[in-house]
Amino acid sequence: MSTPDRSAELLVIAERVVAMAQPGEQVEAYVSRGLSTEVRVYEGEVEHFVSAQSEGIGIRVIKDGRTGTSYCGTLDPSQIAEVLAEARDNLGYGEPDEWSGLAEPDGVAVVPQSLWDDNLENTPTVRKIELAKLLEKLTLAGDSRVRVDDSNYSDAFGEAAVATTTGIRVAGRENGCYLSVGTLADDGDETQTGFGFAVGRNVDELNLERAAREAVDRATRLLGATKPESRRITVVLDPFVTAQFLGIIGGTLNGESVVKGRSLFAQRIGEAVANPLLTLVDDPTNPLAYTATDIDGEGLAARRNVLIQDGVLQKFVQSTYSARRMGVTPTGNGLRGGYGGSPSAGCLALQIVPGLRSQADIVAGIDDGILIQQVQGLHSGVNAVSGDFSTGAAGLLIKNGTVGAPVREFTIASTLQKMLLDIAEVGGDLEWLPMSATGVSLVIHDVTMSGA
Amino acid sequence: MIDNDILERVLAEGLRTGADFAEVFASDWRGTGVGLDDGKIEQLSTGRNRGAGIRVIAGETTGFAHTADLSEAGLMAAARVAAEAARQGGGGIKVVALTTQPSRIVSPIEIDPSTIGKAAKVDLLRRVDEAARSAGGAISQVSAGYSDGRTRIVIANSDGLVAHDERVRTLLRVSAVANGDAGMQTGFDSLGHTMGFELFDKVQVEDVARAAAGRALTKLKARPAPSGSLPVVIKAGSGGVLFHEACGHGLEADLVAKGASVYKGKVGELVASPLVTLVDDGTMTHEWGAIAIDDEGHPSQYNVLIENGILTDYMWDYLRARKEGRPQSGNGRRQSYKDLPMVRMTNTYVLNGEEDPADIIKDTPNGVYVAHLGGGSVNTATGDFVFGMTEAYLIENGEITEPLREGNLIGNGPQVLRDIDRLGNDFAMGNPGTCGKDGQGVPVGDGQPTLRVKSMTIGGTAS
Repeated sequence: MSTPDRSAELLVIAERVVAMAQPGEQVEAYVSRGLSTEVRVYEGEVEHFVSAQSEGIGIRVIKDGRTGTSYCGTLDPSQIAEVLAEARDNLGYGEPDEWSGLAEPDGVAVVPQSLWDDNLENTPTVRKIELAKLLEKLTLAGDSRVRVDDSNYSDAFGEAAVATTTGIRVAGRENGCYLSVGTLADDGDETQTGFGFAVGRNVDELNLERAAREAVDRATRLLGATKPESRRITVVLDPFVTAQFLGIIGGTLNGESVVKGRSLFAQRIGEAVANPLLTLVDDPTNPLAYTATDIDGEGLAARRNVLIQDGVLQKFVQSTYSARRMGVTPTGNGLRGGYGGSPSAGCLALQIVPGLRSQADIVAGIDDGILIQQVQGLHSGVNAVSGDFSTGAAGLLIKNGTVGAPVREFTIASTLQKMLLDIAEVGGDLEWLPMSATGVSLVIHDVTMSGA
Repeated sequence: MIDNDILERVLAEGLRTGADFAEVFASDWRGTGVGLDDGKIEQLSTGRNRGAGIRVIAGETTGFAHTADLSEAGLMAAARVAAEAARQGGGGIKVVALTTQPSRIVSPIEIDPSTIGKAAKVDLLRRVDEAARSAGGAISQVSAGYSDGRTRIVIANSDGLVAHDERVRTLLRVSAVANGDAGMQTGFDSLGHTMGFELFDKVQVEDVARAAAGRALTKLKARPAPSGSLPVVIKAGSGGVLFHEACGHGLEADLVAKGASVYKGKVGELVASPLVTLVDDGTMTHEWGAIAIDDEGHPSQYNVLIENGILTDYMWDYLRARKEGRPQSGNGRRQSYKDLPMVRMTNTYVLNGEEDPADIIKDTPNGVYVAHLGGGSVNTATGDFVFGMTEAYLIENGEITEPLREGNLIGNGPQVLRDIDRLGNDFAMGNPGTCGKDGQGVPVGDGQPTLRVKSMTIGGTAS
């Protein structure tokens, strides 16, 4: 059975708002609706089952360079009129900015992608519960030292529409599902933690065995971990950690940071900012990416942008505002945090172009190093403006080409600028992760490890 | 917001599939946000979110659904979904009779921010911009945000409780960039209270702006932080997050019950230096984490968690307290009507010690002085936690000397609590925080007097 696409209804609501624009006004309406399900299983029973529905509208009005916005969490027509009136009132308090303005159709065609799967829509609730129970069971069967903290199934569908007085009118929908499991491994008095996950457009794509195995391995590998001696060392970032690192790098390659004087890489287009091994692309048009999308938050077609090619900085991601202010073509990177947020420039789906070797082959070539399996505190120890990088970590020491003793309660530190230049190898083990960046094993030289 | 007779019918609908508990949490939030960046008021935004979350518990299973439709039909539909999700097989008709709890005021509001003109809010940010930029010629960028929000809440449950609350919070955030020979540095400061617009009669926004700018300027001269273990002195009012991470989360009963806390089974045991008495206090008037009632309708409390180093109790919500057959502690909180409540902290702080803070520094031959902290995080099962230092200095020969660049500190909660060897008499609360757990953020406060940890690992790059 195929579910009708109801995002067109949202577009009608958005267009109705836009039609109310007064002379001299630019008006944008962003309308969204979503439904998500979350099942949490613990010790074979459903701990909770959450059914979450949300909808809302955000309206931006721009006049004489001044911007006002307002939003509300309902699509009730009487409320929408109030939201428009509020946005109009609010613009009186903004200051004129010559680069303000809504997106305009730029002729870039939407890349067709299948972001919607009817099979997910038709999956019965019982099956979703079974999957979470099965994942818990498979994980527990993996190792007798392992307990499961929680095993979760979640899915979400979302539909959204954007219409503007500048001629944007787009609507779309997407869905996906996700399984995750958190583990605790005990050995005497000691406990270590791990996690595993699986992502898909429908439940048949979810690889439970792999999620269970990784959750067991991550926790048990760290049992017996000690605090390492402080020294400078070569690190191998696990794909999941690399993805987190790329997320931070992506944040610095942002046109808004550049125009507002907060980017490390302003004025450096065309220069070598990373080791030539690094090619970094933002590509939301690849449906394998968890955050793949066909349109950005301002209604422009999402597109593939090469940010760093062979170590050389090529471009920044842009919102309509930052592109106009920098005098460059838009990149389709207006990012929006739901109906309540205003669009700002950001990466949509970062990918590092993979190298050739597996993690095992990479490790085999390292005499003294460390495989970083988890990081902690990236939000508190990394400053994307100054470039200072310092994070808590746990992992496994590498000695003479073999992975060995587990270590924890230490930090790794450098600067973002230096780390990009110190990249020594990009792994071939590309992983599609439930985040806005993909992962590969990444080798970085000369990182300071602080421990005992 | 919703009449008691409608609430009674909705709760009865929630119990229809054999559940033993049903709850309605309805809220109506209205707020204003203003952003300034790059010398301009970028935009003023106003918003409204209202709706209700309905929770139904049957045995060990919780069903939850929410709706933005507060009509009886909308609430009944959500109750049916939640009840279905928690279906227990049984059934039958249960009657709920509600008794309205007297309302309680922990943080009286003098000036409701929604009665203040938008121009006055915009003006605060203009003052911030000017004060931050005039703090020093090297200040190259300033961004600031003002926000206020007023939430009306009604909570009703099938045990007969119905409670109302109204919460007003007002927040100012300032971030500055300074540009020097060695690149850019940032400084941040914020001011937030469970208070109305009278906040700005009590505190001058220029002071907040200068604090943020001062941090950025100081760091222009900073050298890389050390790498390795050193004594760490933490300034009063800047290190409460250490306790939030080092043990606060580990004392949340839901994590304890799953064996995901290093503090499981440790009640009555010495878990910290005898200098430490740690409290979680939802009743602390006007503090960022203050609440009159928690999000399950239970009055907030002053809860002693650690007394003279001995673990006295965990924090509790309805579900965990019910399982253990003990009272709740007023720590059941949620981000919004769209979320299930969990055990959460409110204002978590360490009581004063006896020492002059100057003596603590003087008695530290070599170490690090942390004057302002960023966020942190913890793995409650291992106890390993980190927090970021956003303003820190070297201590050399008992004196505060050179500023340090940013980095994380890492430690193990139980070890660090035992390693607190000096405690000052200069208690202060810290900046307003947002605590994240399981994807939900709630406002929290923290505080402590100046204290020393005899050894922590500093994650810098200088050997």
